[in-house]
Amino acid sequence: MSESGTQNTVVTALAAIGRPVVNGFAGVGSAAIFAGRTIRRGLTPPYYPTRLIEQFFQIGWLSIPVVALTAIFTGAALAQQIYTGGSRFNAQSTVPAVVVIGMVRELGPVLTGLMVAGRVSSAMAAELGTMRVTEQIDAMRTLRTDPYRYLIAPRLFAAIIAMPLLVCLANILGIFGGYLLSTAKLGFNPANYLSMTADILEADDIVMSLVKAAVFGFFIALSGCYAGLSASGGAAGVGRATTNAVVAAFVTILAANLVLTVAAFG
Amino acid sequence: MAETPKLALDHVAKRFGSNQVLRDVTLSVAPGESLAIIGGSGSGKSVMLKCILGLVEPDAGTIRVDGEDMTAMRAADRERIRTKFGMLFQGGALFDSLPVWRNVTFSLTQGRMLRKREMRDIARENLERVNLGGDVLDLYPAELSGGMQKRVALARAIAPRPEIIFFDEPTTGLDPIRASVINDLIVELVEDLGVTAVTITHDMKSARRVAHRVAMLYEGEIIWTGPVDTLEDCGNPHVERFVKGVAQPAE
Ligand SMILES: Nc1ncnc2c1ncn2[C@@H]1O[C@H](COP(=O)(O)OP(=O)(O)OP(=O)(O)O)[C@@H](O)[C@H]1O
Ligand SMILES: [Mg+2]
Repeated sequence: MSESGTQNTVVTALAAIGRPVVNGFAGVGSAAIFAGRTIRRGLTPPYYPTRLIEQFFQIGWLSIPVVALTAIFTGAALAQQIYTGGSRFNAQSTVPAVVVIGMVRELGPVLTGLMVAGRVSSAMAAELGTMRVTEQIDAMRTLRTDPYRYLIAPRLFAAIIAMPLLVCLANILGIFGGYLLSTAKLGFNPANYLSMTADILEADDIVMSLVKAAVFGFFIALSGCYAGLSASGGAAGVGRATTNAVVAAFVTILAANLVLTVAAFG
Repeated sequence: MAETPKLALDHVAKRFGSNQVLRDVTLSVAPGESLAIIGGSGSGKSVMLKCILGLVEPDAGTIRVDGEDMTAMRAADRERIRTKFGMLFQGGALFDSLPVWRNVTFSLTQGRMLRKREMRDIARENLERVNLGGDVLDLYPAELSGGMQKRVALARAIAPRPEIIFFDEPTTGLDPIRASVINDLIVELVEDLGVTAVTITHDMKSARRVAHRVAMLYEGEIIWTGPVDTLEDCGNPHVERFVKGVAQPAE
């Protein structure tokens, strides 16, 4: 291969890596502008309380079954794992402590975030994407109504409010799942288990759990709304927007989780 | 000094990627005038209207509404100017999650559930003007035929009594009787209410009925404009071919 041929190959390879990276950063930039605009406009009138309640119902209430089941199953599985793992060095008694720390600090917020992202980000992207490609969003702007206030802000704010409540529920049910398995199968004394759980749990853990939840709620709605509003090109475009929304929500949730965890406990 | 035009586009250009849709559009519309825009499919007629409404950002040129330059404006002022407009979208663009009556009154309530009885009355009145009965008030857009959707969209565009109305192919997809009702409505809006109208149409009969003046968009420029009765023998070969429906000879 000639020298310039090699160079071209290298350049092509670098471009192949560089392009998505540059596009990624450009996407982050415009998503940030999008978020800023939504918050600024959402906090100034006209307000749409009915839209907010509607979205709160969609995001919060309708997510309860899936969040509850996920939390119970995970809490119970966690208890079994800690018990079996802990028995290797005679530490079976740490089950209540590890379950509560694991659920409240980490699994409660993250699993709830991922489950809600799967349900909600995709639905938001599909609905807003369809409105985008059928020009309903353009039409709204000609009808004296700001889509940021009417469509986006209620979704963003509802997700930020709903997620901490769902995570509270997930934490409680996760601990409860661990408790059920531990008392029914692993031979823990119910009263002891609960008092050990209460002893180990600190206010900071709960605060951090709820902060994470609110941040994840923000990313869930932002991913869904941004992907939906940037959709173009008919049904296929809406399909792509839906996929992008879920991927973006998952990645941002996991990255934010790492950042927050290291910042708070590192 | 001449009267300020209601709308004035000056050297407007817009491109999507490598597709230069509008090259150099210069056009003005007087208050109370009814202008028809003709041009081949994909020539950029809809894009031109969206540029005027600020839904699409032009790359170059100025757009003045009552003498105020939209392109140099802050977002809030632009929203204020936009309230002078009503737009019938080519595809209807009805809100499919809302019933017909809430679609029609959307601009009056800004999407909120206010003064229900009054709003339903207003919706009924506006639907009547497009020849639709009160039986459609509670239907959803998906339950309507294509032509009915178009007429609901038209009722929605006229409901806030805008000063300037854009009609993007108002009669496409309507039977001749319904089409003539819509043509009459446009004429009535212009003559009785003093509305300024810009109508995109492929239907020469409709153009002759509703417009005072016609402009033809071709390859990103307005290549001809003149009174509607000179359309037939205007001396411009592109316009004459278009009006008579003759295919362009191969190059
Ligand atoms: N949002 C957009 N992104 C990219 N390209 C676009 C966009 N909107 C329009 N175009 C392109 O601009 C060109 C003009 O489109 P436009 O809808 O204005 O045509 P038109 O003159 O209204 O045609 P028709 O009579 O068929 O409605 C087309 O080539 C279209 O592909
Ligand atoms: Mg068009």
